[in-house]
Amino acid sequence: MMEIPKSFLGYKRENGRAGTRNHVIILPVDDISNACAEAVSNNIKGTIALPHSYGRLQFGADLELHFRTMIGTGKNPNVAAVIVIGIEPKWTKRIVDEIAKTGKPVEGFHIERTGDIGTIMKASKKAQEFSQWASEKQREECPLSDLWISVKCGESDTTSGLASNPTVGNLMEKLEPFGVHLCFGETSELTGAEKVCAARGATPEAKDKFMKTWNAYNDFILKEATDDLSESQPTAGNIAGGLTTIEEKAFGNFQKIGKLKFIDVLEPAEEPKKGKGLYFMDTSSAAAECVTLQAAGGFNIHLFPTGQGNIIGNPIEPVVKLTANPLTAKLMKEHVDCDVSKILSREMNLSQAGDELIKTMLRVANGRLTCAEALGHKEFVMTKLYRSA
Amino acid sequence: MSQPDLIIHDEKDNVGVVVIETTKKGQDCKAWIMENDKTVEVSSMDKVPLGHKIALKDLKEGDTILKYGHDIGKVVKSIKKGEHVHVHNVKTKKW
Repeated sequence: MMEIPKSFLGYKRENGRAGTRNHVIILPVDDISNACAEAVSNNIKGTIALPHSYGRLQFGADLELHFRTMIGTGKNPNVAAVIVIGIEPKWTKRIVDEIAKTGKPVEGFHIERTGDIGTIMKASKKAQEFSQWASEKQREECPLSDLWISVKCGESDTTSGLASNPTVGNLMEKLEPFGVHLCFGETSELTGAEKVCAARGATPEAKDKFMKTWNAYNDFILKEATDDLSESQPTAGNIAGGLTTIEEKAFGNFQKIGKLKFIDVLEPAEEPKKGKGLYFMDTSSAAAECVTLQAAGGFNIHLFPTGQGNIIGNPIEPVVKLTANPLTAKLMKEHVDCDVSKILSREMNLSQAGDELIKTMLRVANGRLTCAEALGHKEFVMTKLYRSA
Repeated sequence: MSQPDLIIHDEKDNVGVVVIETTKKGQDCKAWIMENDKTVEVSSMDKVPLGHKIALKDLKEGDTILKYGHDIGKVVKSIKKGEHVHVHNVKTKKW
C-alpha cells in the first residue's frame, strides 16, 4: 500500500476551511434574475454565474431548502467571493447575511426599482473588485482533513458494483483515519438495501434517522408511482449495462462506503455538524441534483463512479469520474479521470485501484482540472420538493 | 490467475457477472468468486454481453436471485443454468 500524502494545496478561507477551487460566483436568488447574473459574469472575467429555475413563490420546507442551497453554495470554501442578485431586497439580503458569516466578501443587489441595466452596472463593478482580489489568492499547504469528500454514482451498471464503487469504498476506508468529512446520499437508490444500510448507522439515533428518511421517500414514491418505476429505476442505461432491479442497483451503490459507518443523517443541503466522519444526506438519485445538494452542504471535492458513462459536472465542486467498464473507458475517454477497469481482468486489485483514485483526487484537489471542468460541465440543479404557491 | 470470464460477488450468489466483452453460446466460462477467491466453471447457454448476468444453477418461477449474498429480486420465468438473467426473467420485489 502506498504512503498517503498528509496534505494538499488548497485555498485557506476566512472561517478556517479550505477550498480546492477559487471561484467568484454570481448567484441569482430566483429564475428571473438569471439574465442579470449571466450578464455580470459575461462582463467580468474570472466569475461564474449559477443560473437555475426556481426561487419564486416557494413556501414551507421547499422554500427553506431553496435558501439552504443558495446559502450553502455561497458558503462553500471552493468559493472565494459572492455576488447575490435577486428581484427583491428581502430574500437577497437573507442570503447575503448568511454567507457573510463565513467572513468572505459578499454583496447583494436587487433589481426592482433599478432594472437589469443599472443592476448589471453596479454588480459588475463589485464583481470586478472581487475577481481581481480573488486572483491574488495563492494555494497553501492544507491538512488532508480539510477535504470534505462527497460521493454519488451514475449511469451505473454491474461494473459499478463490482469495481468502481468498491474503489471509492476503499478510498473512504483509507482516508477516514485522516479526519476527512465524507458524504453519500441517493435515498431512493438504497431501496432493497435499506435495512443493510441502516445497520451501518454508528448510533441507534443514526440508524433510526436513516430508516425514517428512507421510509418517507419510499412512501412518497409509492404514492406518486403509476407503475413499478421500471422506466426510471433502473434507468434504460442501467438495464443496458446489465442491472436488472432496484435491489441489485442498491447493493452496488452501497459498495461506495466500504466498511464504514455513518455518524449522522443530513437534510438535503445541510452542513454536517458532528465533525469528521461519514454522513448520509437525504438526496434524490439524479446526479446533478445530488451533487448540487452535497456542494451546498460544504463538500469541496466529489468522486463519481460511472458504469455506462454519466458526464455530469458541477460549477463549484470538482467532480472526479472513475469507471471500471472497459468499453466506457475506451469509448468515453474524455470523461474518465481514473480508469479502474483492470480490476475486472484482475490485472489490478481493489487496494491498488483505491491508491490510484487517491492520487487522482489529490491532483484534482491541488488544481488539476477534472474532465468535466475541462469540458465545461457546470450543472447547477436545485431540488424542488413540491409545487409553488 | 488469468482473466476471469465471470465474476461472482459472494459464495451464496446464484448469478455471476460477465466481465469479458461477450460470452459465446456454449462457451465454458471461468467464474471467479471474489469473497473466497475460488474459481468455478459454468457453460454459457446464450451470447451474454459485458456486465450482464448468467445463472449458476437452474432457477424456477418465484425463486430469489442472490447477488452480493443478498436478495435482488424474484424469478418470473424459469431459468436454466448458464442462461442470461435479466429483465425478461427477473423482476424487483419492491415498488
